[in-house]
Amino acid sequence: MKGSIIILSFFALGLILGVTDTLPDFLRETDFSMYALYILMFLVGIGIGADRKSWKVIRTINVKIFLVPLGVMVGTAIGVTIVSLFLPNLTIREAMAVGAGYGYYSLSSIFITQMHGETLGVMALLSNIIREVATLLLTPLFVKYFGKLAGIMSGGATAMDTTLPIITRYSGKDYAIISLFSGIVLTILVPVIITFILHTSL
Amino acid sequence: MITVLLLMVAGILAGWWLGKFPLVMKINDKLISWAIYVLLFLLGVGVGTNKMVIQSLDSIGLQALLLTIGALAGSIAMGWIIYRAFFHLNNN
Repeated sequence: MKGSIIILSFFALGLILGVTDTLPDFLRETDFSMYALYILMFLVGIGIGADRKSWKVIRTINVKIFLVPLGVMVGTAIGVTIVSLFLPNLTIREAMAVGAGYGYYSLSSIFITQMHGETLGVMALLSNIIREVATLLLTPLFVKYFGKLAGIMSGGATAMDTTLPIITRYSGKDYAIISLFSGIVLTILVPVIITFILHTSL
Repeated sequence: MITVLLLMVAGILAGWWLGKFPLVMKINDKLISWAIYVLLFLLGVGVGTNKMVIQSLDSIGLQALLLTIGALAGSIAMGWIIYRAFFHLNNN
Protein backbone atom coordinates (compact mmCIF):
# COMPACT_ATOMS: atom_id res chain seq x y z
CA MET A 1 0.00 0.00 0.00
CA LYS A 2 2.79 2.40 0.98
CA GLY A 3 4.65 1.35 -2.16
CA SER A 4 1.73 2.16 -4.43
CA ILE A 5 1.25 5.59 -2.83
CA ILE A 6 4.91 6.47 -3.42
CA ILE A 7 4.72 5.25 -7.03
CA LEU A 8 1.48 7.14 -7.64
CA SER A 9 3.11 10.28 -6.20
CA PHE A 10 5.92 10.07 -8.75
CA PHE A 11 3.35 9.59 -11.50
CA ALA A 12 1.32 12.53 -10.16
CA LEU A 13 4.42 14.74 -9.92
CA GLY A 14 5.29 14.00 -13.54
CA LEU A 15 1.67 14.61 -14.51
CA ILE A 16 1.56 18.01 -12.77
CA LEU A 17 4.90 19.12 -14.24
CA GLY A 18 3.68 18.00 -17.66
CA VAL A 19 0.31 19.75 -17.47
CA THR A 20 1.70 23.00 -16.07
CA ASP A 21 4.51 22.95 -18.62
CA THR A 22 7.23 23.56 -16.02
CA LEU A 23 9.62 20.88 -17.22
CA PRO A 24 13.35 21.34 -17.61
CA ASP A 25 14.19 21.26 -21.32
CA PHE A 26 16.35 18.15 -21.24
CA LEU A 27 13.36 16.09 -20.10
CA ARG A 28 11.29 17.15 -23.07
CA GLU A 29 13.99 16.76 -25.67
CA THR A 30 15.17 13.25 -24.97
CA ASP A 31 13.26 10.08 -24.28
CA PHE A 32 15.07 8.15 -21.60
CA SER A 33 12.26 5.76 -20.88
CA MET A 34 13.40 2.96 -23.18
CA TYR A 35 16.87 2.90 -21.62
CA ALA A 36 15.41 3.09 -18.13
CA LEU A 37 13.19 0.12 -19.01
CA TYR A 38 16.23 -1.87 -20.24
CA ILE A 39 17.99 -1.21 -16.95
CA LEU A 40 14.86 -2.01 -14.93
CA MET A 41 14.30 -5.36 -16.62
CA PHE A 42 17.91 -6.40 -16.12
CA LEU A 43 17.63 -5.48 -12.42
CA VAL A 44 14.29 -7.28 -12.08
CA GLY A 45 15.94 -10.35 -13.62
CA ILE A 46 18.76 -10.19 -11.07
CA GLY A 47 16.16 -10.02 -8.31
CA ILE A 48 14.38 -13.10 -9.64
CA GLY A 49 17.56 -15.10 -10.19
CA ALA A 50 18.95 -14.30 -6.76
CA ASP A 51 15.75 -15.19 -4.91
CA ARG A 52 16.70 -18.64 -3.56
CA LYS A 53 13.47 -18.89 -1.61
CA SER A 54 11.34 -18.56 -4.75
CA TRP A 55 13.30 -21.21 -6.61
CA LYS A 56 12.90 -23.57 -3.68
CA VAL A 57 9.15 -22.90 -3.60
CA ILE A 58 8.90 -23.71 -7.31
CA ARG A 59 10.90 -26.94 -6.93
CA THR A 60 8.82 -28.38 -4.08
CA ILE A 61 5.56 -28.07 -5.96
CA ASN A 62 3.29 -30.68 -7.55
CA VAL A 63 1.61 -30.32 -10.92
CA LYS A 64 -1.80 -29.41 -9.52
CA ILE A 65 -0.54 -26.07 -8.25
CA PHE A 66 0.17 -24.87 -11.80
CA LEU A 67 -3.60 -24.73 -12.24
CA VAL A 68 -3.71 -21.70 -9.95
CA PRO A 69 -1.68 -19.16 -12.00
CA LEU A 70 -3.10 -20.75 -15.16
CA GLY A 71 -6.59 -20.12 -13.79
CA VAL A 72 -5.72 -16.47 -13.14
CA MET A 73 -4.51 -16.08 -16.74
CA VAL A 74 -7.51 -17.80 -18.32
CA GLY A 75 -10.05 -16.22 -15.96
CA THR A 76 -8.62 -12.73 -16.45
CA ALA A 77 -8.52 -13.14 -20.24
CA ILE A 78 -12.17 -14.29 -20.36
CA GLY A 79 -13.32 -11.56 -17.94
CA VAL A 80 -11.66 -8.64 -19.73
CA THR A 81 -12.73 -9.96 -23.13
CA ILE A 82 -16.38 -9.96 -22.06
CA VAL A 83 -16.04 -6.42 -20.65
CA SER A 84 -14.31 -5.20 -23.83
CA LEU A 85 -17.36 -6.23 -25.88
CA PHE A 86 -19.21 -3.41 -24.11
CA LEU A 87 -16.41 -0.86 -24.59
CA PRO A 88 -16.49 0.38 -28.18
CA ASN A 89 -13.13 2.18 -27.96
CA LEU A 90 -11.20 -0.84 -26.77
CA THR A 91 -10.11 -3.85 -28.82
CA ILE A 92 -9.98 -7.32 -27.27
CA ARG A 93 -6.20 -7.30 -27.67
CA GLU A 94 -5.90 -4.01 -25.74
CA ALA A 95 -8.21 -5.27 -22.99
CA MET A 96 -6.21 -8.49 -22.66
CA ALA A 97 -2.94 -6.53 -22.41
CA VAL A 98 -4.34 -4.43 -19.55
CA GLY A 99 -5.60 -7.56 -17.81
CA ALA A 100 -2.23 -9.30 -18.25
CA GLY A 101 -0.71 -6.95 -15.66
CA TYR A 102 -2.32 -9.24 -13.06
CA GLY A 103 -1.96 -6.44 -10.50
CA TYR A 104 1.72 -5.73 -11.29
CA TYR A 105 0.89 -2.14 -12.17
CA SER A 106 4.38 -0.61 -12.29
CA LEU A 107 5.88 -2.97 -14.83
CA SER A 108 2.72 -3.55 -16.89
CA SER A 109 1.98 0.16 -17.33
CA ILE A 110 5.58 0.86 -18.35
CA PHE A 111 5.61 -2.02 -20.81
CA ILE A 112 2.26 -1.17 -22.36
CA THR A 113 3.23 2.51 -22.67
CA GLN A 114 6.34 1.55 -24.61
CA MET A 115 4.62 -0.95 -26.86
CA HIS A 116 1.23 0.65 -27.43
CA GLY A 117 1.10 4.22 -26.14
CA GLU A 118 0.22 6.33 -23.15
CA THR A 119 -3.56 5.97 -23.14
CA LEU A 120 -3.43 2.21 -22.68
CA GLY A 121 -0.45 2.56 -20.32
CA VAL A 122 -2.45 4.80 -17.97
CA MET A 123 -5.41 2.43 -18.19
CA ALA A 124 -3.11 -0.46 -17.19
CA LEU A 125 -1.70 1.58 -14.31
CA LEU A 126 -5.15 2.39 -12.91
CA SER A 127 -6.71 -1.02 -13.58
CA ASN A 128 -3.88 -2.95 -11.93
CA ILE A 129 -3.70 -0.63 -8.92
CA ILE A 130 -7.46 -1.17 -8.49
CA ARG A 131 -6.82 -4.92 -8.66
CA GLU A 132 -4.29 -4.74 -5.83
CA VAL A 133 -6.40 -2.43 -3.67
CA ALA A 134 -9.55 -4.51 -4.26
CA THR A 135 -7.66 -7.64 -3.20
CA LEU A 136 -6.44 -5.94 -0.03
CA LEU A 137 -9.94 -4.75 0.85
CA LEU A 138 -12.17 -7.59 -0.38
CA THR A 139 -10.18 -10.80 0.19
CA PRO A 140 -12.19 -11.63 3.36
CA LEU A 141 -15.42 -11.51 1.32
CA PHE A 142 -13.95 -13.31 -1.70
CA VAL A 143 -12.67 -16.18 0.45
CA LYS A 144 -15.94 -16.45 2.37
CA TYR A 145 -18.10 -16.79 -0.72
CA PHE A 146 -15.80 -18.27 -3.41
CA GLY A 147 -13.42 -20.62 -1.64
CA LYS A 148 -9.90 -20.45 -0.31
CA LEU A 149 -8.26 -19.79 -3.66
CA ALA A 150 -10.30 -16.61 -4.24
CA GLY A 151 -7.82 -14.21 -2.64
CA ILE A 152 -4.91 -15.75 -4.53
CA MET A 153 -6.82 -15.49 -7.83
CA SER A 154 -7.79 -11.91 -7.13
CA GLY A 155 -4.26 -10.92 -6.08
CA GLY A 156 -2.66 -12.28 -9.27
CA ALA A 157 1.01 -11.29 -9.39
CA THR A 158 0.73 -9.42 -6.08
CA ALA A 159 -0.07 -12.68 -4.23
CA MET A 160 3.68 -13.17 -3.68
CA ASP A 161 4.26 -9.93 -1.76
CA THR A 162 1.84 -7.07 -1.10
CA THR A 163 -1.35 -9.12 -0.77
CA LEU A 164 0.28 -12.25 0.72
CA PRO A 165 -0.38 -11.28 4.37
CA ILE A 166 -4.11 -10.74 3.90
CA ILE A 167 -4.43 -13.92 1.80
CA THR A 168 -2.62 -16.00 4.43
CA ARG A 169 -4.81 -14.53 7.14
CA TYR A 170 -8.10 -15.45 5.48
CA SER A 171 -7.20 -18.63 3.54
CA GLY A 172 -4.87 -20.05 6.17
CA LYS A 173 -1.15 -20.81 6.30
CA ASP A 174 -1.63 -23.90 4.10
CA TYR A 175 -2.29 -21.56 1.22
CA ALA A 176 0.77 -19.34 1.69
CA ILE A 177 2.97 -21.52 -0.55
CA ILE A 178 0.30 -21.71 -3.26
CA SER A 179 -0.07 -17.92 -3.05
CA LEU A 180 3.69 -17.35 -3.28
CA PHE A 181 3.99 -19.78 -6.16
CA SER A 182 1.14 -18.30 -8.18
CA GLY A 183 2.40 -14.76 -7.57
CA ILE A 184 5.96 -15.64 -8.59
CA VAL A 185 4.88 -17.39 -11.82
CA LEU A 186 2.59 -14.51 -12.81
CA THR A 187 5.19 -11.85 -11.93
CA ILE A 188 7.75 -13.50 -14.19
CA LEU A 189 5.19 -13.95 -16.97
CA VAL A 190 3.74 -10.38 -16.98
CA PRO A 191 6.33 -8.93 -19.42
CA VAL A 192 6.31 -12.10 -21.53
CA ILE A 193 2.53 -12.27 -21.91
CA ILE A 194 2.12 -8.53 -22.55
CA THR A 195 4.79 -8.69 -25.25
CA PHE A 196 3.05 -11.72 -26.74
CA ILE A 197 -0.35 -9.97 -26.77
CA LEU A 198 0.79 -6.62 -28.16
CA HIS A 199 3.58 -7.70 -30.49
CA THR A 200 2.40 -6.50 -33.89
CA SER A 201 3.95 -9.29 -35.93
CA LEU A 202 2.19 -12.03 -34.00
CA MET B 1 10.58 -5.69 -26.76
CA ILE B 2 12.32 -9.02 -27.35
CA THR B 3 15.51 -7.19 -26.27
CA VAL B 4 13.83 -6.39 -22.96
CA LEU B 5 12.91 -10.04 -22.36
CA LEU B 6 16.44 -11.16 -23.23
CA LEU B 7 17.80 -8.60 -20.75
CA MET B 8 15.54 -10.08 -18.09
CA VAL B 9 16.88 -13.59 -18.82
CA ALA B 10 20.45 -12.25 -18.67
CA GLY B 11 19.56 -10.67 -15.34
CA ILE B 12 18.18 -13.95 -13.99
CA LEU B 13 21.43 -15.72 -14.90
CA ALA B 14 23.52 -12.94 -13.35
CA GLY B 15 21.27 -12.94 -10.28
CA TRP B 16 21.77 -16.66 -9.78
CA TRP B 17 25.41 -15.86 -9.03
CA LEU B 18 24.96 -12.41 -7.47
CA GLY B 19 22.48 -13.83 -4.94
CA LYS B 20 25.48 -14.86 -2.87
CA PHE B 21 26.16 -11.24 -1.97
CA PRO B 22 23.44 -9.81 0.29
CA LEU B 23 24.76 -6.25 -0.01
CA VAL B 24 24.56 -6.35 -3.82
CA MET B 25 20.97 -7.58 -3.58
CA LYS B 26 20.06 -4.79 -1.17
CA ILE B 27 21.45 -2.24 -3.62
CA ASN B 28 19.63 -4.04 -6.45
CA ASP B 29 16.29 -3.66 -4.64
CA LYS B 30 16.92 0.06 -4.14
CA LEU B 31 17.86 0.50 -7.81
CA ILE B 32 14.69 -1.32 -8.92
CA SER B 33 12.58 1.02 -6.82
CA TRP B 34 14.26 4.07 -8.31
CA ALA B 35 14.06 2.76 -11.87
CA ILE B 36 10.31 2.29 -11.33
CA TYR B 37 9.97 5.79 -9.82
CA VAL B 38 11.81 7.34 -12.78
CA LEU B 39 9.72 5.43 -15.33
CA LEU B 40 6.40 6.24 -13.64
CA PHE B 41 7.48 9.88 -13.35
CA LEU B 42 8.25 9.87 -17.08
CA LEU B 43 4.88 8.23 -17.78
CA GLY B 44 3.30 11.06 -15.76
CA VAL B 45 5.21 13.64 -17.82
CA GLY B 46 4.16 11.92 -21.05
CA VAL B 47 0.53 11.89 -19.98
CA GLY B 48 0.66 15.46 -18.68
CA THR B 49 1.95 16.81 -21.98
CA ASN B 50 -0.52 14.71 -23.99
CA LYS B 51 -3.73 16.76 -24.27
CA MET B 52 -5.69 13.84 -25.71
CA VAL B 53 -4.98 11.59 -22.73
CA ILE B 54 -5.65 14.37 -20.19
CA GLN B 55 -9.02 15.16 -21.73
CA SER B 56 -10.15 11.54 -21.59
CA LEU B 57 -8.72 10.67 -18.16
CA ASP B 58 -12.19 10.08 -16.68
CA SER B 59 -13.18 7.71 -19.48
CA ILE B 60 -9.80 5.90 -19.17
CA GLY B 61 -10.40 5.52 -15.44
CA LEU B 62 -13.91 4.15 -15.94
CA GLN B 63 -12.69 1.64 -18.53
CA ALA B 64 -9.88 0.61 -16.16
CA LEU B 65 -12.40 -0.01 -13.38
CA LEU B 66 -14.70 -2.07 -15.63
CA LEU B 67 -11.77 -4.14 -16.93
CA THR B 68 -10.67 -4.83 -13.35
CA ILE B 69 -14.17 -5.99 -12.39
CA GLY B 70 -14.15 -8.35 -15.39
CA ALA B 71 -10.65 -9.61 -14.58
CA LEU B 72 -11.54 -10.25 -10.94
CA ALA B 73 -14.85 -11.95 -11.74
CA GLY B 74 -13.18 -14.22 -14.30
CA SER B 75 -10.22 -15.06 -12.05
CA ILE B 76 -12.33 -15.74 -8.98
CA ALA B 77 -14.77 -17.88 -10.99
CA MET B 78 -11.84 -19.95 -12.31
CA GLY B 79 -10.48 -20.16 -8.75
CA TRP B 80 -13.82 -21.42 -7.48
CA ILE B 81 -13.92 -24.14 -10.15
CA ILE B 82 -10.30 -25.19 -9.50
CA TYR B 83 -10.87 -25.18 -5.75
CA ARG B 84 -14.01 -27.35 -5.97
CA ALA B 85 -12.47 -29.74 -8.48
CA PHE B 86 -8.91 -30.14 -7.23
CA PHE B 87 -8.33 -28.72 -3.76
CA HIS B 88 -11.51 -28.92 -1.73
CA LEU B 89 -12.26 -32.64 -2.17
CA ASN B 90 -8.75 -33.70 -1.19
CA ASN B 91 -9.20 -32.13 2.20
CA ASN B 92 -12.24 -34.25 3.02
